[in-house]
Amino acid sequence: MSRFVVVGLAGLLAACSASAAPSAAAQVEVTIENYHFVPATLKIAAGTSIVWTNKDDDAHTVMDASGAFRSDALDEGQSYTYTFAKPGRYRIACSMHPQMMETIVVQ
Amino acid sequence: MTHHDKRTRRDALKCLGFGSAGTLFALAGGVLTPIDLAAAIPPSEPRLALFHKPLFVQISDTHIGFSKDANPDVAGTLNRTIDIVNGMAEQPALVIHTGDITHLCKAEEFDRAQQLLSRLRVTELHTVPGEHDTTDPGAAQYFARFGKTSHNKGYYSFDHAGVHFMALVNVMEFKNGGLGTLGEQQLAWAIEDLTHRSASTPIVVFAHMPLWSVYEPWGWGTGDVAPLLAQLKRFGSVTVLNGHIHQIVQKVEGNMTFHTARSTAFPQPVGGEAAGPGPLKVPAERLQQMLGLTTVSLIEHPRSLALNDTTLAGAE
Repeated sequence: MSRFVVVGLAGLLAACSASAAPSAAAQVEVTIENYHFVPATLKIAAGTSIVWTNKDDDAHTVMDASGAFRSDALDEGQSYTYTFAKPGRYRIACSMHPQMMETIVVQ
Repeated sequence: MTHHDKRTRRDALKCLGFGSAGTLFALAGGVLTPIDLAAAIPPSEPRLALFHKPLFVQISDTHIGFSKDANPDVAGTLNRTIDIVNGMAEQPALVIHTGDITHLCKAEEFDRAQQLLSRLRVTELHTVPGEHDTTDPGAAQYFARFGKTSHNKGYYSFDHAGVHFMALVNVMEFKNGGLGTLGEQQLAWAIEDLTHRSASTPIVVFAHMPLWSVYEPWGWGTGDVAPLLAQLKRFGSVTVLNGHIHQIVQKVEGNMTFHTARSTAFPQPVGGEAAGPGPLKVPAERLQQMLGLTTVSLIEHPRSLALNDTTLAGAE
C-alpha cells in the first residue's frame, strides 16, 4: 500500500516538472489576419499553449487537419486556445477557408 | 430592333455603370444571348414582365448574425429581399438559398434566419449549407433545421416543372490547402442520379461554393468537380448556381451556364483585388446596389432557363 503511494507521488512530481519547465514559453500568440495564420510556421516545446485570435471581420475556425481539435467559429476579436501536450508536426487550418494553413512543430 | 435602340442601349450602359442593371441571359440551344433589359423593355413596363412565371428565385449568403461595418443590418437587407420576392407579379413556387444562412452557426442565428425566411410567400424553400453554417460538430444546427429533405446528408435532388434540381454540398469535406470538395460518396451519388435523366431535361445544380474555378488562391472553386461536369455535358440545358463570393461572376461553356449570386448581406471584393476576400465596406447608398437576388424563369421554346439578377436598389 505504502509503496503504491510513493510511486503515485513520483509520477505526480514528474508531471509537475514536465509542465513547469517551459513556463517562460507556456503561451504563444497567433493572429488570424487577412485570411492567414501569422506566423504560418511555429516551433514550440511540448506543453505550450497556442492562443489564436481572429483579427478579421470574417469568421474563422482553428482546426487540426488530423482531427485532434477544432474550434467553433471565431468572430472578430475572439480567441481559441489549445495546449500541445504531445510532440509532433501539426497541420492547422481554417475549416471555413481551406486555403489557410499553418504548421506547428512540437518538440 | 427599332429606332429606340440607341437610347435604350445608352440607358442600359448607364445602368451597368451603376452596377444595378438587370441582365437577362436567355440560354437557347447552348448559345447564350445576353439581352439588355433596358433595351428589351420600355421603361414604363416592369422588368419582370418580360419573363414567364418565375420558376424559382435564388437568394444567398444572408449571414444572419453578421453586424460589422460592411452591413450592420443584415436582417433588414434580407427583409428587403423577401419584399421583392413577395412583390413579384407572379410568385415563384420555389426559393433556393445557396448557403451561409448564418454567420457564426449559432442556434439563435438559425432561429432568426428561419423566422425571417418564413415570411417568403413560396411553397418550398430549398437550401444547401455554406461553410458558415457547418462549423459546429456534425453541422448539427443546420441538419436539425434543414436536414430532413436529404436525410441529413445535405445533398439531394428533386424535380419541379419538368426541371431536375440537384442540391450539392461542397463545404463539409475538408481538404487542407484546397478548394471546396464534394467527396467520393456525393460524387458517385450525383453521377448515378444523372444517369436516369434524359438529355432534354433542363438541369439545375446548386451548391454554396463555386463549382468552377473563379479564383483559386482564395479557395473559390471545387477541387473534385470534374467527373460531375463531364456527366453534365450531355444535357441540353445545364444551369450551375452558387453563392459564397457575394458577387456575380458568370461563365458559359457549351450548354452549361455557371452563375454566382450576390449576397443579401454584404459584398466581397473581386478575386485578387484585395488582401483577402473579407467583407467589402462601401458607402451606404452603394450597398443596396451590390446586394440582390437571382430570378430564374423557364422558357418553353426552346426549353431552357433564363437568369435575371436584381439588386435591392434596382427594385426600387
